[in-house]
Amino acid sequence: MAPPNNRRPGFSRRAQYSTFVAYLIATAGVLVGGFLLFLSSRDDATAARARTTATDLVAAPAVAAASARASGSGWFDSVRGYFASGREVKDLRREVQVARVRKIEAEALREENQRLRGLLKILETDGKPVAVARLVGSSLSSTRRFATLGVGANAGVRPGMPVRSELGLVGRVLEVGAVSARVLLVTDPDSVVPVRRAADGITAFATGLGDGTLQIRLVNLGLNPLKQGDTLVTSGSGGLYRPGVAMAVVIRLTADGAIARPLGNPTTAELVMVEPEWVAMAAEPDAVSSAETAPAQVGSGN
Amino acid sequence: MAVLKELRKPVAAAQKINRAPSPTLAIALPWVLVMFGSLSPLAPVIGTSPVVPPLGFMILLAWLQMRPGLFPVWAGLPLGLFDDLYSGQPFGSAVLLWSIFMILLDIVETRFPWRGFIQNWIMAAGVIAAYLVASALFASGSSGVAGVGLQIVVSALTYPIVGRLIGLADRLRLTAFKAI
Repeated sequence: MAPPNNRRPGFSRRAQYSTFVAYLIATAGVLVGGFLLFLSSRDDATAARARTTATDLVAAPAVAAASARASGSGWFDSVRGYFASGREVKDLRREVQVARVRKIEAEALREENQRLRGLLKILETDGKPVAVARLVGSSLSSTRRFATLGVGANAGVRPGMPVRSELGLVGRVLEVGAVSARVLLVTDPDSVVPVRRAADGITAFATGLGDGTLQIRLVNLGLNPLKQGDTLVTSGSGGLYRPGVAMAVVIRLTADGAIARPLGNPTTAELVMVEPEWVAMAAEPDAVSSAETAPAQVGSGN
Repeated sequence: MAVLKELRKPVAAAQKINRAPSPTLAIALPWVLVMFGSLSPLAPVIGTSPVVPPLGFMILLAWLQMRPGLFPVWAGLPLGLFDDLYSGQPFGSAVLLWSIFMILLDIVETRFPWRGFIQNWIMAAGVIAAYLVASALFASGSSGVAGVGLQIVVSALTYPIVGRLIGLADRLRLTAFKAI
């Protein structure tokens, strides 16, 4: 049906004006939205403050929901345990025997490692984490990959700090509110982490692809030395991430590198640790300023 | 379809003697539900890729199709602002897109006032697809667009469910429980 030419609701001036003003505000909304989008592409600081304040307001129920998820899945696990316990006990006993031997071997290696580190004068920097908390949510419907963390500035969390689970690197803190923080996951397209192959130290950059995998790009181009199943760890260059943190496993090779699956999968991580920045942790005099500029160096270096 | 037609009728409960719907609930519930949908990124699920439908936008769309004129045409400005606070998109993207789609749907409403379930569904699927592609463009450029295909399919398939739930909410909204 063709719309009527005359959209006047009647003879009431008031009704006519309110229709007009409604369309006026709607058009202003389009302009305001475009303006805000333009501003956030320039400088995200003001929007960051608004976002963190808003997330702080609803952080408490979100944290409660996240812990409920953990206890809920625990309940299912314990029910399942009744059915599988006999076989598991047998398997576990055998594993313990193997692990005892491994433990003795590992202790010997640790001692040797300490001795060698002493020779190289490497700082012992297995520092305590700043905070241990739950990831309470993530940007589920956006192509960007952010997660919300259940702790903030009150617990000592600062922007730039790396976040890891016990399995590997998860991301780094981007914006901090009082009781919540926003984490840029390593799978985000804007995240770049310098990595090296655990076996021989071939250096590369791991960029997120936004679909749960990482694109590994080698620093030295040429013959691709990567193989399926290679483990990558953080290399520590740039000063943001501690070297040697487990990062990803190569699942597929590409022409100039590989596709890798991150080990510190945030979907399964119950609790994550927020660690101090590597350079700040190593307590160098101009630690903070060099850590601030680290991402820019990483970006221009590849 | 019959169910949707049923829901469009005035609620039978409103005819009960000496009872009336609460005006506060009738006005506030649609806004609250859209904002609740916008809070979905705080659900305790950590996703590795975008597959979850944009719930806030879909709930708004369902309200618009079920009760044309319930939301003023400028509702995209405040509701989009709220969505931007939690969605992880660049700030302003929902303000812009929701405002544009509010005006577009208003034009569609005046031009095609009589629609059936299928027309509504097709239109909603198209609108959601356009919204997701534009959001991906704003968030991560042309490289992000390839990743939203699955999300578009999931959103289009779940839209009728959202519509049903909004139908239930509309019933609740107009339930006459307040004594006059």
